Amino acid sequence: MDEGASQQNALTRRDMIRRSAAVLTGTIAATSALATLAPTRAWALELQTLSQHDGETILAFGQTLYPHATLPTAVYAMLVKDLDVAAKDPATASLLRDGTASLDSAAGGNFAAATPAARLAAAKAIEKTAYFAKVRSTCITSLYNNELAFAHFGYQGASWPKGGYIHRGFNDLTWLPNPPAAASPTVGVL
Amino acid sequence: MAAIAHNDDTAVVIIGSGAGGGTLANELCQKGIKVVLLEAGKRESSQTFIQDEWESFNQLAWLDKRTTSGNWRVATDFPNLPAWTCKTVGGTTTHWAGASLRLQEHEFKALTNYGKLEGANLADWPIGLAELAPYYAKAEHKMGVTRTNGNPGLPGNNNFKVLYNGATKLGYTKCSTGHMAINSKFRDHRSSCLQMGFCFQGCKSGAKWSTLYTEIPLAEETGHLDLRPQSHVVQIETNAAGKATAVVYVDAAGKTQRQKARIVAVAANSIETPRLLLNSASNQFPDGLANSSGQVGRNYMRHLTASVYAVFDEPVHMWRGTTMAGIIQDEAALKPSRGFVGGYEMETISLGLPFMAAFINPGAWGSDFTAALDGYTNMAGMWIVGEDMPRETNRVTLNTAVKDQFGQPVPNVHYDDHANDLAMRAHAFQQGGNVYRAVGAKSVIETPPYPSMHNLGTARMSNDPKLGVVNKHGQTHDVKNLFISDGSQFTTSAAENPTLTIVTLAIRQADYIASAMSKQTV
Repeated sequence: MDEGASQQNALTRRDMIRRSAAVLTGTIAATSALATLAPTRAWALELQTLSQHDGETILAFGQTLYPHATLPTAVYAMLVKDLDVAAKDPATASLLRDGTASLDSAAGGNFAAATPAARLAAAKAIEKTAYFAKVRSTCITSLYNNELAFAHFGYQGASWPKGGYIHRGFNDLTWLPNPPAAASPTVGVL
Repeated sequence: MAAIAHNDDTAVVIIGSGAGGGTLANELCQKGIKVVLLEAGKRESSQTFIQDEWESFNQLAWLDKRTTSGNWRVATDFPNLPAWTCKTVGGTTTHWAGASLRLQEHEFKALTNYGKLEGANLADWPIGLAELAPYYAKAEHKMGVTRTNGNPGLPGNNNFKVLYNGATKLGYTKCSTGHMAINSKFRDHRSSCLQMGFCFQGCKSGAKWSTLYTEIPLAEETGHLDLRPQSHVVQIETNAAGKATAVVYVDAAGKTQRQKARIVAVAANSIETPRLLLNSASNQFPDGLANSSGQVGRNYMRHLTASVYAVFDEPVHMWRGTTMAGIIQDEAALKPSRGFVGGYEMETISLGLPFMAAFINPGAWGSDFTAALDGYTNMAGMWIVGEDMPRETNRVTLNTAVKDQFGQPVPNVHYDDHANDLAMRAHAFQQGGNVYRAVGAKSVIETPPYPSMHNLGTARMSNDPKLGVVNKHGQTHDVKNLFISDGSQFTTSAAENPTLTIVTLAIRQADYIASAMSKQTV
């Protein structure tokens, strides 16, 4: 990745950490199991409705469903946060709690503590369930529609505030030859 | 702008403000004809458009409840979202990507040129390219289509560079940044393209043509347009003589209103238009308004719409720049030796990270899925737009078991792929992959059709009132003062993006309506 882009992503990360303080708030209790998953003590996930075990299970389940080796755990915590909010609805809360039990059972006791292979097998075992569908579909927005994910995957988000890409690399690819002007005219006078 | 009284029965009432309705409204207003333009959605603007895929979707998309059936994958992956079209002033011209292609001559004579296919309802259009050519020219001028009227082509972005090089390696010769209704220079009081991306989310610079900030303001300036946003039409009324007399709608306050009409033109896109006709059934029209042919809602077409994405070793940053200014047209020709009739266009496309996760392989999970997203920065992509077969059994019907917010049956969209569609898609996936493999793709992803952005055919044109709903002017056979003005008119889908043709038909329909009004034949 070129220097300009890493600089921009670094700025975006700082921006994200500042803004996500509103999302991932509170202080880590030293006794919280989630504290061990936090990259630093500067962020924490406070759960309003779900239990700590449910939270850990969902986080591990998200990592099993959508494994990205270097995607920060904080992104998977967004999934837990979103489902914690959804769990204000009693039917959803019940679905999620029963889901934790089903994953634990399928993994031979404790899904969150199981090996990746065992977690994958457990996920496959419950693939047809409503709980699986709920968590999987929530992942699509929770994991991939936030600024930390954008920074990780290199997606630059909104461009209007920066004047679009006409002067920011919309055609900066150099590992293939440029098309001839007849196919692709040069940028005209605005 | 004119406030036209509800009891004023001298105006043309148009339902829907998109490519068809918005253009028809302006064309009629320019001729001094009063128009009431009813739009279900709100009036947004370049200022209020949002460059965030999910937020924009919630702002602009038609999200009223719908159901689906049939063997198309959309029914499994998006059972309540058969289409990605809009509920907003400007309709789907706010969301479209700007690709503006004329249909090909042979495509207007699909039955003659393709022959009869089992299980397909092919028919020739009652008009042809020669008759439409002068109107296509007017539409291209109106919309500022690049590579026409002295408008230069757009500069190609990184995604296009990959497409072009792959196309050239394969021996394709018809690859360029295409005919786009996006300003390549300042024109028509609107900005030149800033290569922002987010074309699908409403153009914040106004470089992309949309009736929202062209046709509709022009119509307002004449003083003859009464635009009513947040006016959701629920019924078209007729009298004992079989004339359309009024349009019933629910206004922003939730109150039912009745607007009398001299002429009614329906341009609600190809799911709501037939639904409205069916919901307007009466003793006189027991099978739905203007449905003596039984073809209202039938022959629903949505093009092929498959996509191919590829991951490379080097960055592409495909989201930078226009979403769709790039096309290979070689496969749009009629070449039955490939194993299917009809052709397809290959057009660059990009999705942002959020929508890529949602659409690249709906329902998929695990490391195969994540490997694709891990390569997002190094990804290029194309969208296949191909001619799908009209089938009488592919249709929009009323789902009487499910009611909308106004208590009306929602539309069900039923679609089964025809064998010709499957053969074409397989060929297109293969060729799309070949384009990218030719320039070093590490992996190629075949993406199934999205919720349909092109929706066509559900009130098709035919000279024969037994075989179609409207004549060659979009006038319904059954009700002389009732017109269809959107893509529902299409007899067949052809391989090209439909918007230019919808605008073209609307310009021509305006001439016909104005002439008929002055001669008192309507």
